[in-house]
Amino acid sequence: MSHFDWLSELLARYQDEHILVRRGAATVLAPAHLLEIDPEDWGRAAQVAAGYACRWAGVWAEQRDAELTVTAALARDGDHLLLRTQVPLSTPLLPSHTPYYPGADRMERHVQDMHGVVFSDHPDARRWSRHNRWAADSYPLRKEFAADSAPLPTAPEQDYPFVQTQGAGAYEIPVGPVHAGIIEPGHFRFQAVGEMVLNLEQRLGYVHKGIEKIAEGRDAQGLARLAGRVSGDSTVHHAWAACMAMERAAHLTVPPRAQALRAAYAERERIANHLGDIGAICNDVAFAFMWQQFARLRELWLRDNAACCGHRLLMDCIVPGGVARDLSPEQVARLRSAIDPLRRELATLYPILDDHPSLEDRLATTGVLSAEQAQRLGCLGYVGKASGQDADLRRDHPYAPYDRLHVHAPVFSSGDVEARMQVRMQEILDSLELLVVLLDTLPDGAVQVPWQAPAAGSEGLGLVEGWRGEILCHVRFGADGRIARYFPRDPSWFNWPALELLIHGNIVPDFPVCNKSVNGSYSGHDL
Amino acid sequence: MLRILNKIRQTGLITEDLPRDAVLEQVGEQLRAGIARQFQGSLAIRQVDAGSCNACELEIHALNNGYYDIERYGVHFVASPRHADVLLVTGPVSVHMETALLRTYEATPAPRLVIAAGDCAACGGEFGCSYASRGAVSNVIPVDAVIPGCPPTPLALMQGLLQVLEQA
Repeated sequence: MSHFDWLSELLARYQDEHILVRRGAATVLAPAHLLEIDPEDWGRAAQVAAGYACRWAGVWAEQRDAELTVTAALARDGDHLLLRTQVPLSTPLLPSHTPYYPGADRMERHVQDMHGVVFSDHPDARRWSRHNRWAADSYPLRKEFAADSAPLPTAPEQDYPFVQTQGAGAYEIPVGPVHAGIIEPGHFRFQAVGEMVLNLEQRLGYVHKGIEKIAEGRDAQGLARLAGRVSGDSTVHHAWAACMAMERAAHLTVPPRAQALRAAYAERERIANHLGDIGAICNDVAFAFMWQQFARLRELWLRDNAACCGHRLLMDCIVPGGVARDLSPEQVARLRSAIDPLRRELATLYPILDDHPSLEDRLATTGVLSAEQAQRLGCLGYVGKASGQDADLRRDHPYAPYDRLHVHAPVFSSGDVEARMQVRMQEILDSLELLVVLLDTLPDGAVQVPWQAPAAGSEGLGLVEGWRGEILCHVRFGADGRIARYFPRDPSWFNWPALELLIHGNIVPDFPVCNKSVNGSYSGHDL
Repeated sequence: MLRILNKIRQTGLITEDLPRDAVLEQVGEQLRAGIARQFQGSLAIRQVDAGSCNACELEIHALNNGYYDIERYGVHFVASPRHADVLLVTGPVSVHMETALLRTYEATPAPRLVIAAGDCAACGGEFGCSYASRGAVSNVIPVDAVIPGCPPTPLALMQGLLQVLEQA
């Protein structure tokens, strides 16, 4: 498939709609294609793209002097198109993409809260990332806002205008931010009749740590460490995306051995998380046997990480220019020799998962997300794949070393909890396959090239297929090799809203298993 | 069903003794005795994520897998602070979680212990203090003990817990 063979058709449609493309550039943010357009065309550009089966993949802003530069990402067939425009800081008005792309809702509200961009026709202008701890007319990502500003002593989220339900027998269940289990904080507001969920509204942002703000002024190594803590369960993939963006900005090529090791770490992270999730899904329907079996397999897997790579979750293993340290032949052999035993274990466990009647009873037809809903929201990873969205960057737009590997993307159509578990089951087997190839054909040579900071103004885009789905990351450098802007877009932005939809009509006691089957990252979303 | 029973039989008992370390063995014995004496043989922990990146939660979860099986010491995780003896807090206390953490603390009956787990909870870690985070848990509520690590391994968490109880 030749890349961007759809772009000329989209540009023709833009021309028909009198959307003026001021400048197009294929190299500034390669592999994405960058189009600069006028702010008044911003909404229609999205409308035309939505009519041309483009997926909406993110929006972020950056203050440059007296202007805000806003960039939105669209994707099709694994290619990414970036729309960019400028609005004055004094009147930062822009049409919204949300009317055409419901998945844009929260991220536009994030830009509204963090930069003060007013999306004129946004259907829901409530605050999102702001919890009243900074003033409504101050914006943390503007330059005049000091990173160490004192928070307001405001009372917490008591006046957030949740959607209301009225009627005989309808009642509300508020849950969180502190949940009953060992999980991240967030608020869920249910409206229910009897056991049945009428509506679920999420209120996130509780673990907002100012990641985008405190990234500013860091050096490349410092950003890689921070990126590794955007979402701890995705430390490899977020660090990889950030390093990829920085390396592209600096025109740095990572040695082949480092590329292969990065992918090996990434596949190990995918397997570890899928093992944990399958067990946790089973635990949420009280199948303790399976939970303990998968927790055991995950633990063994993490111990190999610690023994060979120096960290159970592989934190800080990826650094700008390559990987932090090389693996010895013995360590490679140990990682390689763990693969077949895991396959044998799975060969005895998967048949039980496949036809255990009480499991089937709880997982099949529970929490159904239709293909149409998944497509409209732009759902990614196992959430998208379970609902017919056949997308995987490693296959559709392979980055090294996946360009020499064969990646298979398991796609299901039923969109229920069972399908989201089946995607994970298949992806573990596929990742093991990839690991075999990666470890057996590990290139020789260096694992790092010296980092060279690029000129001020250089920018780069990182795109990797994380275990939750596509991660997009934008980095722009300022003077002295310091970071001017970092925006990591976790796939959870698009998968969280899916949970609000797929829970409709299910019973309240099935919420935990539905939630686990989606397993959005709070930290990766709240930033 | 037979397959499940077979798998259980083949897997056997995987729970491990802690590393054979004279100090730790002694602490382990003292822990059991300490929990028996101070907490009627059962120590209830309420975990609060106050802004972590979720890595600490993954490792705290691992305490419940068969290898560590922390319940063998009488330690278990509870859903409500009302039932808790210990608050195990992670994260650099995001400003948005500050009130929730304070309320959880106030809802925990005295005598209570607060343990700050992970580098963020200990000192702010990679995030430090900013408009969005308060840094160390001790900046918000009194802390009795700190377990460092990014994230602390399950073994470090267990050792930290044992030592906290020895001092308490």
